[in-house]
Amino acid sequence: MVQFSDEKLKKVNEIVGRYPEGKQKSALLPVLHLAQEEFGGWLSVETMDYVATLLKLEPIEVYEVATFYSMYNLKPVGRYMFEVCQTGPCMLRGSDDIIDYIKKKLGIGVGETTPDGLFTLKTVECLGACGYAPMMQLGKHFREHLTPEKVDQIIEECRRTAAANN
Amino acid sequence: MARKLLLEKANVPGIRGYEVYRREGGYASVEKALKNMTPDQVTDEVKKSGLRGRGGAGFPTGMKWSFLAKPEGVPRYLVCNADESEPGTFKDRYLMEFLPHLLIEGLIVSSYALGSKATYIYIRGEYAWIPDILEQAIAEARAAGFLGKNILGTGFDCEIYVHRGAGAYICGEETALLESLEGKRGNPRIKPPFPAVRGAWDCPTVVNNVETLAAVVPIMNIGGEEYAKIGVGKSTGTKLISACGNINKPGVYEIDMTISVEEFIYSDEYCGGIANGKRLKACIPGGSSVPILPANLLLKTVKGEKRMMNYESLSDGGFPKGSMMGSGGFIVLDEDQCVVKHTLTLARFYRHESCGQCSPCREGTGWMEKILKNIDTGKGKKSDIDLLWDIQRKIEGNTICPLGDAAAWPVAAAIRHFRDEFEWHVDNPQECLVRNYGLAHYADPLEIATPA
Repeated sequence: MVQFSDEKLKKVNEIVGRYPEGKQKSALLPVLHLAQEEFGGWLSVETMDYVATLLKLEPIEVYEVATFYSMYNLKPVGRYMFEVCQTGPCMLRGSDDIIDYIKKKLGIGVGETTPDGLFTLKTVECLGACGYAPMMQLGKHFREHLTPEKVDQIIEECRRTAAANN
Repeated sequence: MARKLLLEKANVPGIRGYEVYRREGGYASVEKALKNMTPDQVTDEVKKSGLRGRGGAGFPTGMKWSFLAKPEGVPRYLVCNADESEPGTFKDRYLMEFLPHLLIEGLIVSSYALGSKATYIYIRGEYAWIPDILEQAIAEARAAGFLGKNILGTGFDCEIYVHRGAGAYICGEETALLESLEGKRGNPRIKPPFPAVRGAWDCPTVVNNVETLAAVVPIMNIGGEEYAKIGVGKSTGTKLISACGNINKPGVYEIDMTISVEEFIYSDEYCGGIANGKRLKACIPGGSSVPILPANLLLKTVKGEKRMMNYESLSDGGFPKGSMMGSGGFIVLDEDQCVVKHTLTLARFYRHESCGQCSPCREGTGWMEKILKNIDTGKGKKSDIDLLWDIQRKIEGNTICPLGDAAAWPVAAAIRHFRDEFEWHVDNPQECLVRNYGLAHYADPLEIATPA
């Protein structure tokens, strides 16, 4: 069952409190972020319905928002999602080669997840790191100035962290 | 060395924290404004400074502030637009990441001028680690008495909240941003009414860019008139430029708008020249939506004058022969880059980011991407180039918000200046897969651009 802990519920209340009274719908984006983090890295219909109940919204109000913004995952994703930028400035600095390298290295295509559920590869549009290209988003942070060697290191690092947490 | 107003202290160790920031003279503008000036006087100072919106449109900030409706008993809001998403632009990120207190200070003074008791920073979702930095700075400012109730005993109350988006370029458009702040899809609103009359939660609202609001701090510190003396003409003060692409030193630079484009690209103080000893082919000087210029038109205007890094000079020649300052996202292409491919990535970007409300933009951006992809992969026809031109013309001006224009302009400029490269792709469907077109006829005027 989808249910925030008491601590997270407190956080939800704090978020709702940032907006004028009666405008708790404004808390939808931040609360969806929180829900995605808490409930497996993606938003199931059950999760969205739960958020709707929490914020006293119709479920459709949540679905239409969740489907609009690219950061909400509507399908399960790997534990580590490589979101590689491919827009102009990154392309000029070789992002296509980096994407090809990751594909080969992990044996998956764009939008796919490795069979062990560890990695998902996604291409994204400009993330605002143009001067430090090529780059990818990994969780909360950016990994910049990517080279094949750096990609290898990142993959190793993810595998190590995953093994240590299992 | 150009005068720095925003990044002057960026390298002081510990400047991200309140203690050091305060010791270096931080929050003086809050004391000055709240204790000695009325809100209208602050607005006047910003008007005098000639500050223009740093998000891309370049609209005079003081004038925008003076449009704010002030009906009795209705709250007013200031919203900081930190949805920096224009390809090539990463200057606001730099400010927020390394000088968070500068933004918070600017926000407090601006909130005072506008009467905003609840001010929101709308930050793009992908900058996921920056809200923590900003919230830390907010907490420190609050602990020092610069936020909260009765700030500095002046009776002014103000809170600042960070609101994280979730991946949508369109939310940088101010009415889409407000929709998103209200927890909705980022569909731009039809204007009028403008946000100054009906913005966030139907209340009067001002939306300003991060850099614009940070610039309020030096304006208050040195005075609007003094600020207006820096720069040239209507390009007053300093501007952050985020430089990227095929240059030796990509990064964020503060310029005072009196330097030339050539100096900016080749001087070691800024971009440090084209990477790997290559030659300059083209440049998009103000973020992906402004027209791309070939090297010859970039460095000199059609009148043969040196092109300078300011609002007027960059747009000299209009769209046919000039470009725009835009957001200050400076994208440099070297001789090995393919303009068709580069334009394709931008077309894909705008197709991805179109909110879908207006048919010309929703359908047109998709068509442009498909046609460009065909040309890029050697499957294009000559007539495709005219078709592209036709589509971009039918998008421009026919949409609720400027995303349509932003999608049309890069395609238009690429065809206008690089039509021979598009034609070469069509005529050489095999060769274009294995090599790039190179400099071609743009090579001659490049003598001035060849590094020594």
